[in-house]
Amino acid sequence: MVAVSSWGKLGSWEHQIVAPNDRNQVFQQLQSRQLGLAYGMGRSYGDACLNPNGMLWRTTGLDHFISFDDNSGRLVCEAGVLLRDIQHLTIPRGWILPVTPGTLLITVGGAIANDVHGKNHHILGSFGDHVQHITLLRTSGEVIECGPQLREEWFSATVGGVGLTGFILTAEIQLRRVSGSWLDTETIPYANLDEFFQLADSSETTWEHTVSWIDCIYSRGRGIFMRANPADTEQRLEPTGRKLTMSFVPPVSLVNNLTLRPFNAAYYNLKRRQAGKSIVHYEPFFYPLDNLLEWNRMYGPKGFYQYQSVVPRAGGQGAIQAMLREIARSGEGSFLAVLKTFGNRESLGMLSFPRPGVTLALDFPNKGARTEKLFKCLDDIVREAGGCIYLAKDARMPRSLFEAGYPKFAEFLLYRDSGISSAMSRRLMGN
Amino acid sequence: MNRKRIVIIGATSAIAEHCARLWVAESPVELILVGRDLAKMDLVASDLRVRSPMATVKCLQADFIDPVNIQALVDRIVKDGAVNIALIAHGSLPDQQQCQKNLHLCHDALTVNGVSPILFAEAFSGHMQIANAGTLAIIGSVAGDRGRKSNYVYGAAKGMVTRYVQGLQHRLAKTGVKVLLIKPGPTDTPMTAHLKQQGGRLANVGDVSRLIVKAISQERSVYYVPGKWALIMMIIRHLPGFVFNRTNI
Repeated sequence: MVAVSSWGKLGSWEHQIVAPNDRNQVFQQLQSRQLGLAYGMGRSYGDACLNPNGMLWRTTGLDHFISFDDNSGRLVCEAGVLLRDIQHLTIPRGWILPVTPGTLLITVGGAIANDVHGKNHHILGSFGDHVQHITLLRTSGEVIECGPQLREEWFSATVGGVGLTGFILTAEIQLRRVSGSWLDTETIPYANLDEFFQLADSSETTWEHTVSWIDCIYSRGRGIFMRANPADTEQRLEPTGRKLTMSFVPPVSLVNNLTLRPFNAAYYNLKRRQAGKSIVHYEPFFYPLDNLLEWNRMYGPKGFYQYQSVVPRAGGQGAIQAMLREIARSGEGSFLAVLKTFGNRESLGMLSFPRPGVTLALDFPNKGARTEKLFKCLDDIVREAGGCIYLAKDARMPRSLFEAGYPKFAEFLLYRDSGISSAMSRRLMGN
Repeated sequence: MNRKRIVIIGATSAIAEHCARLWVAESPVELILVGRDLAKMDLVASDLRVRSPMATVKCLQADFIDPVNIQALVDRIVKDGAVNIALIAHGSLPDQQQCQKNLHLCHDALTVNGVSPILFAEAFSGHMQIANAGTLAIIGSVAGDRGRKSNYVYGAAKGMVTRYVQGLQHRLAKTGVKVLLIKPGPTDTPMTAHLKQQGGRLANVGDVSRLIVKAISQERSVYYVPGKWALIMMIIRHLPGFVFNRTNI
């Protein structure tokens, strides 16, 4: 047995581990009396990737490319390939992943199972929108080939299906043409939510990437809005790729009442002074934390939660305002806080998170009952607004909120694999 | 153009495969993959071809045990052209307790981890000596530095490889052939999945392979990867028996 934790480090639990590295032999390795779950890089924050006292099938050994067509941009690979390895392979050849989240250190299987989104949701949707084909292995031994036009019901159950419909063996992804690694960016401070929504709406048609950092201490919602488009620029010096590692777990969270206020004020003022246009490499713009390895250790031995919700635009501003007020009043929170509007499009996955509206994501150091009390207030606001919470981040939402936020969950249950279970599925679906 | 010709024995092992990825990324090499399982080697080979369409990748299925087959295979490879680098990387981590109970398992573990790599190295060394050129890199293990109760059968096989390499280095010291022994510490691969602990006790296979590929281009004769194992094993080798025998490692 091996102790495994998820990205939030809220605890660690014993698991049996099997690590297939030959895709022809995976089925044999799924055979056991225990229920299992595919586990990639363990970047889910909560319990979506955990199966305490059960089996984990580590997928990172299934990291083979199968084919790549330089003319069409179609990539076929095993599910354990990292998004980073795809970018490094294909960008020099003129192709890029259309959608990536805030880290490249996740597997293709994880990106599909959580139907991850990025800063360009309003233009390109979520990861699943670019997947052309999935080979899904059920623990019964059945192999299901599915895609947007092939057994669509299996495809939409598996995209965003948090690994519960089977073991994703391989995927085919349509990449997007790109001319280089550089972005034209613009940074604009905003003083309140009105300004944020104006910026977001006016950027929607002309800017491919939009995101904002929000200062969770100020309930009015001040922050820094960032937008970017691919740059038509000559080759410049690539970043060095120097990596730092958070090599220890501090005894207390480094994010606390003493550090949060000065840090946020300093960051806001620094960025306000740096406001304006510049040309930036895609890596620091999209994945600012990927060069600080194991940054999740900074929250100390008790770990942290991320609370990411989405609420519809109708009434959304009021809901975000109400959440910010609760958070500011509680004095909790972290400088890792993101506010972003989604485009006006539904996702194809039955349990996909992205949907029309506005999403707020915040880290909270785990302070036990105090943190949970705040979350209950936030839950009420999300429920009232008709929103939902992102499964990839969640470790604690009540079942009623899950069922209200994911109306297709009952249909989804028909596609579950009875040999697969996770801490999350037991918490939210009963088994 | 003169392509580098690289042979990898045990090409489906995680460390060997990551070395191959680094080599094809560096330059359009000619790779000859040798392994027991052809289907699995094909997965590895097509992955390498996607990573580097300019590289040539060939798969050869081989018997790792029979000396006649080993000699014939190596002769056949060399007949097609001189080998610049031969990486001998195969092996399997046996269950020590099972080896104690079952001499067949014990015998197989000693053969595949000890005798077989030596036979391959011996076959290549003859050709390289005649050519007066080439690099022969053999993957040993820190487990070969001192026998310990938790895996001394594997350790004995790897220890045999260590002694063999010393002798071969002595024999080829005055030639243009370079022989090096690489001793990885515990590395995070499918072979060690059941040992994985939280907190980074196993080294990342990508990092280990980067160090190995770098070592092969350098001049020293023994490399511990990661380097910290040189110090750790020096201490372990020098612990007096009455202290060592009380430890639980």
